[in-house]
Amino acid sequence: MSVIGTPVRRREDYRFITGQGTYTDDINRLGQLHAYILRSPHANARITAINTSAVASAPGVVAVYTGKDLAAEGIGGLPCGWQIHSKDGSPMVEPPHPPLVTDRVRHVGDQVAVVIAETLAQARDAAELIQVDYAEEPAAIDPVEALKPGASQVWPDAPGNLCYDWHLGDLAAAEAAFAKATRIVRLDLTNNRLVPNAMEPRAAIGEFDRATGEYTLYTTSQNPHVIRLLMGAFVLHIPEAKLRVVAPDVGGGFGSKIYHYAEEAIVTWAAGKLRRPVKWTAERSESFMSDAHGRDHVTHVELALDNQAKFIALKVSTIANMGAYLSTFATCIPTYLYGTLLAGTYTTPAIYVETKAVFTHTVPVDAYRGAGRPEATFLLERIVDLAADELGMDPAELRRRNFIPKEAYPYQTPVALQYDSGDYFTTLDLALKAADYAGFENRRRQAAARGKLRGLGIATYIEACGIAPSAVVGSLGARAGLFECAAVRVHPTGSVTVLTGSHSHGQGHETTFAQLVADGLGVPIESIEIVHGDSGKIPYGMGTYGSRSLAVGGTAIVKAMDKVVAKGRKIAAHLLEASEADVEFKDGKFTVAGTDRSKTLAEVALTAYVPHNFPHDELEPGLDETAFYDPKNFTFPSGAHIAEVEVDPETGRVTIVDFTASDDFGRILNPMIVEGQVHGGLAQGIGQALLEGCIYDKETGQLLTGSYNDYAMPRADDLPSFKLSTNVTLCTHNPLGVKGCGEAGAIGAPAAITNALVDALKPLGIRHLDMPATPERLWRTIQQHRSPLAAE
Amino acid sequence: MQKTVSLTVNGKPVSATVEGRTLLVQLLREQLGLTGTHIGCDTSQCGACVVHVDGEAVKSCTLLAVQAEGRSVLTIEAVADGDTLHPMQEAFRNNHALQCGFCTPGMIMSALDLVKNNPNPSEREVREYLEGNLCRCTGYHNIVLAIIEGAAVMRGEKPAVAAE
Repeated sequence: MSVIGTPVRRREDYRFITGQGTYTDDINRLGQLHAYILRSPHANARITAINTSAVASAPGVVAVYTGKDLAAEGIGGLPCGWQIHSKDGSPMVEPPHPPLVTDRVRHVGDQVAVVIAETLAQARDAAELIQVDYAEEPAAIDPVEALKPGASQVWPDAPGNLCYDWHLGDLAAAEAAFAKATRIVRLDLTNNRLVPNAMEPRAAIGEFDRATGEYTLYTTSQNPHVIRLLMGAFVLHIPEAKLRVVAPDVGGGFGSKIYHYAEEAIVTWAAGKLRRPVKWTAERSESFMSDAHGRDHVTHVELALDNQAKFIALKVSTIANMGAYLSTFATCIPTYLYGTLLAGTYTTPAIYVETKAVFTHTVPVDAYRGAGRPEATFLLERIVDLAADELGMDPAELRRRNFIPKEAYPYQTPVALQYDSGDYFTTLDLALKAADYAGFENRRRQAAARGKLRGLGIATYIEACGIAPSAVVGSLGARAGLFECAAVRVHPTGSVTVLTGSHSHGQGHETTFAQLVADGLGVPIESIEIVHGDSGKIPYGMGTYGSRSLAVGGTAIVKAMDKVVAKGRKIAAHLLEASEADVEFKDGKFTVAGTDRSKTLAEVALTAYVPHNFPHDELEPGLDETAFYDPKNFTFPSGAHIAEVEVDPETGRVTIVDFTASDDFGRILNPMIVEGQVHGGLAQGIGQALLEGCIYDKETGQLLTGSYNDYAMPRADDLPSFKLSTNVTLCTHNPLGVKGCGEAGAIGAPAAITNALVDALKPLGIRHLDMPATPERLWRTIQQHRSPLAAE
Repeated sequence: MQKTVSLTVNGKPVSATVEGRTLLVQLLREQLGLTGTHIGCDTSQCGACVVHVDGEAVKSCTLLAVQAEGRSVLTIEAVADGDTLHPMQEAFRNNHALQCGFCTPGMIMSALDLVKNNPNPSEREVREYLEGNLCRCTGYHNIVLAIIEGAAVMRGEKPAVAAE
């Protein structure tokens, strides 16, 4: 029986539940030193002097370096991997991003110096002896204010703090449609800034082998080969052949561990200088001020409808905060992962979006779970709900009326994407039924009788995953290919090692990929090892993000298996003295069609490695195949999420009574793992909607939410149990039919929760709420609407 | 200032020289090599470092190593009986209650403490007890199911049939 589609228990769990996982900070190398990074306490200050003279004599200190030391050795800046062009054709402003600053700090937490000592405590103590003279200057913190004349300038080369002013779509068509609209709905909204907060803080160990001249970096990365390329080629100038990057067990990423960070370069470089391994591990407060943040948009949206309640045009204008430097993929998030998603699940024929990316004196902002797609979904599903409210229409019915019809695929949107498959009607119906939509008004009345305001919110979404067709993203400014690589190595006695360029940091690849190979090669799952996360073992890899691992990395494995089977068939034909065309491969056996003559994969493998009787003229020995797969299109998971909430008007406290998610991820290999991915995404989406918000003091640029005491992470008692279902339409362009599931929850939930809250508060005349809808914000909003006198 | 501390860890007597400021979690991870206990924050909020001290769940970042003098510490490494997993560990695996695994040791140590004090917890009780343990991957849904199942097995009930 095939293991595809079954909830195989995870093979990686044993090491984690017994405390035997190996995360980067669990690794200690012989002779290892410890690095402590001195960080800026100011948002914007000129460094007039750094005096490190007291440090060298401090106990245990081996070295102290500043940005000048790195610059003197020609160390480069951290590169940005995606070039965006503005409306006028000019390229974005790309400021330098040195691993340690030289003359100016640009956000609280910016790297100023590194102290390296025998112990971490010694390094930290010694860092207190560094004297830095800062000349503080006003900071630009709020992205809207930063664009205004007179704002403090983050970079001299970026006048007005503008990184780029980008647009997509047909403005003339949109304006023509608006001119004949029977109704126009407008909304201003923000998408709150978030801190990703993977539970494992970032860490890095650099090592240099004097005998071979090889560097090794152990790092908390979602894509070790990408780090090798970026750090080797752009920062430290180490050829790939002399640089190994290992990402061992990684404790969650959610996007924040895609990027190449300064600390990786610092420890690797210092290890070479000092000829000893150097380890750095972030404290959580360092994570808050040095991990790339997410979201942070301010948006104006307008939707035009005709007299049949059909959406005829959408106009979106967004200000996106980049922070002080451009993180690795920062620039593509509020553009090609955002604007291209604004058709959503709807047939809106004319769409125009413009995004101004802004430098501010804050931590860089980059992809966080969903990355652009939650922002697109939030504004779309909010404006659709507002439209339904203004029209007095059932929000489910308004969505149905505008859904892309089932027979319209492949569907070309006006914002560049071509959806290959989907069925939003069935998915929505599944969710509505599971949520007992029909019975809601009754429940609202019952809640009202108890003094509670109850609301129900629907959000549908589409996301572009399986990132990405290299030629397409290249034409849009990506400076990398986004294929994936896999090697399938059948050993002489028939066990199999799979080397995958995808990286697992919670996704369960060691199980799902093994299911895939067990099914494809007819080998018991116990005979399959999945190896990932080591550039010294795996031929190449672009890593894990954008819900791409199965759609792209899994397909690469399929392609490598196809090569193994093709070669195996030739070997089997030779052994069975049959024509290759007559040899079938099924359930791990090569059989001459219509006969009982067969050879197992293990027999064929043994022949491949002990090639005494082997077709040498035609084939090379061995059974070890590598494939690179570049996807033909993005995949388009979609879904409908429904939240039902109760608000206590006296306290502003929200209870999520029910949360229903119905999703279409294409074919599902392991439903248990898929459900887990949805649960986690929903928790992050609900966190964004109700709890989480990264707050800077707008004057001083101090990070006010710099720890778990101040930044509200979702806890078990903040969340409900979730009701999930799936609707399956297959992806048409990858052989597995899979679409990806990792980000869905974080994309649908913020809009579903906010729509439910606005629905609950509608009786008070409230038409929008910004996230996070904390009890305080809700209570104040309720008080203001209850009595105009209470507004102050 | 260096001090010597003697305690029992996972049933074995150990002695170590520590600084006065050394935390119990640092002693466990850095000197005793017990890296199953994790550090996820610096404000005693996340619970990744929960161990048992004299049978009580304690965040090992809230205790100085010297405060563990003469006490008995149990870490995740000694929860299984040799190769036989503890029912709570089995329940975590059976219910897909972990993804990246980083919070998992602390979650399991907390779950054991909960069940010791409340052998038959409700979903609400589990959720409220887990206030001090953060997980970013699972949304807690399956952790809650796992703890309820683990508790049932510890009460002598048969493990639930593997979900579908």
